[in-house]
Amino acid sequence: MENAFGQPQTVVVLGGSSDIAREVTKKLCAARARTVVLAGRNESLLQEAAEEATHAGATATHLVTFDAQDVTSAESAVAASFAAVGAPVDLVIIAVGLLGEQLLDENDPAAAARMSIVNYAWPVTALAALRQRMVAQGSGRIVVISSVAGIRVRRGSYLYSGAKAGLDRLCEGLADSLIGTGVTLQIVRPGFVHTKMTTGLKPAPFSVDAERVAKDIVSGLGTPALVIYSPSIMKWLFAILRHLPAPLWRKINEER
Amino acid sequence: MSREKLYGWGRTAPSVADVLEPTAEEVTGLLRTSTHVLSRGLGRSYGDAAQLAGGLVLRNSAMTVMDEIAPDGSVWVDAGVTIDDVIRVGLPLGWFVPVTPGTRQVSIGGAIAADVHGKNHHVDGSFGHHVRSLVLATPTGTITCGPTERAELFWATVGGMGLTGVVLRAQIQLLAVTSDKVVVDTTRFANLEAVMHEMQTGDHRYRYSVAWVDCMTTGSAMGRAILTRGDHAEGTGERHSPRDAKIGVPFSAPSGLLNSLSIRAFNELWFRMAPKQRLGEEQSIGAFFHPLDGVRDWNRLYGRRGFVQYQFAVPDSASETVVEAIKLLAESRVPSFLAVLKRFGAGTPGPLSFPMPGWTLALDLPVGPAALPGVLDQLDTLVLAAGGRVYLAKDARLDPATFRAMYPRFEELLHIKHQIDPTTVITSDLARRLELIRK
Repeated sequence: MENAFGQPQTVVVLGGSSDIAREVTKKLCAARARTVVLAGRNESLLQEAAEEATHAGATATHLVTFDAQDVTSAESAVAASFAAVGAPVDLVIIAVGLLGEQLLDENDPAAAARMSIVNYAWPVTALAALRQRMVAQGSGRIVVISSVAGIRVRRGSYLYSGAKAGLDRLCEGLADSLIGTGVTLQIVRPGFVHTKMTTGLKPAPFSVDAERVAKDIVSGLGTPALVIYSPSIMKWLFAILRHLPAPLWRKINEER
Repeated sequence: MSREKLYGWGRTAPSVADVLEPTAEEVTGLLRTSTHVLSRGLGRSYGDAAQLAGGLVLRNSAMTVMDEIAPDGSVWVDAGVTIDDVIRVGLPLGWFVPVTPGTRQVSIGGAIAADVHGKNHHVDGSFGHHVRSLVLATPTGTITCGPTERAELFWATVGGMGLTGVVLRAQIQLLAVTSDKVVVDTTRFANLEAVMHEMQTGDHRYRYSVAWVDCMTTGSAMGRAILTRGDHAEGTGERHSPRDAKIGVPFSAPSGLLNSLSIRAFNELWFRMAPKQRLGEEQSIGAFFHPLDGVRDWNRLYGRRGFVQYQFAVPDSASETVVEAIKLLAESRVPSFLAVLKRFGAGTPGPLSFPMPGWTLALDLPVGPAALPGVLDQLDTLVLAAGGRVYLAKDARLDPATFRAMYPRFEELLHIKHQIDPTTVITSDLARRLELIRK
């Protein structure tokens, strides 16, 4: 069960080999997390993440593999993860995402479909599979890794950012649907994070590393905040950016 | 049946369960037909002891019959009768509860499950010491037990955090009093060492004793304290019941209202307002035992994130641990309200009994400071090293390994439980968090 400080004991990570997910998992295991399910595509990366979790304090780690390009894998991945825990799941992290190559993908229908499936349709399907299980539990927390990129979608990454925007907005409604159920949903909106996903990209201002995002997420778990920004200045920065006149918005994004 | 979000008094990690308010007869049937059940009283335990996420929670509030008090001061009460009820009925007749915690708003079922203690623990022990008999509904039937009848089950139930079954009724031995007043001696101490010395050498002269300690002052005034001790007054006049709360807190205060600064100011004020020494002052029972009952829902003052209470007991040989704990707290600068320091007598024979001869310290800590979870983990280490333990009725954050080390007799409870609840119907969020029960 989650304790008074929002520290979970049982954790399921969908997209468990992502850099942010791995950092979060380490921190959670250093606190109270003992049973961890790491679900993702790449088994050897998941294995690495599991070793890190064990090193940080986990006593039971389980691996589940799925392909986020196939929405029908969401239900079975969630089912397998819950079965592996075998007890109430305190925290589910959804860290599934694909940055893609905007300029290549935008004229390729298959690539565009892939971007919307991995970043939107798969997470939404997984959320539906999770929702009923967690509501039946009467407890638990869902953390969805979104992005500040979804607050205002820009030309240079609209396939990725647009899908994140959809997921993010959907989660706002989903969070409201959970009021009174004992289940809490929190949305994480990181800024530019230095990870293997963003290697080679030009960092945006206020860029952070995955460890910093993990720290912000873990401290956000203990709070009633619907949205966790990382770094926290993103909240104020995007409060302004989202209302910039379009020409100005395009202008500042030209170089990126 | 309603689906309800249930909180502990600290309002920290609520969960949702189906909630019923059954009669004693209905409890028996529900225990046979349900898969996950827990009994709940008035929700005054601080953490997750009276919660069962996704299960069936049985409030004892429909079980409210109190029999006539026998000439010897014993009385049969239903589990949902409160300490407040017993005082209201008993005091005018010359009877007082043998043990009362800091609030009257506790059901008898809850008082037994948490084996509550009060300011007289060093003399009279905990609530369980004054229970002559109790009727316990279990998934395999209803059992009457007491200190001389099925004693193992009885002592597993007293302080068993509701995990052996649902208490339906109990026979309590009341205390004869002739007055509704307490004669109180109050003394202010400049530091921790002085007050602890006085408690060690002088507490035996009083039935009731408790010290309020300031845990936010460092240096030579570290642990300055106000010691209040008293005994029931002698009297011949009418005895009046305590009054109802006149003020309430209708909604959660903004988080951060109780911060380092405001708590420090409160502690300062509290300390300054206390007399250096005042002897023989007559106080009403309500003012002496239940000062916080004057404000309904005072826990909401801690805001949306709530608060945790950390209460530990250490043996007399580990007096130094009390000093170290207060030092750690003061130096870590996490805000804490005036802490309650008390001498404990012996615990019960129960496997989860909390008290032990020595000291107990209870701290109220608002949730919020990033350092707090780590500071409490450090306190766990100190307490464990001293052979002590933390109180489960207050706990909301202990980890399973530390729990097992602090309560090494937990397996005895599970053994007894297995005989009466072989399929583990009765469980709680607390039991799950401590991995005492994995269901």
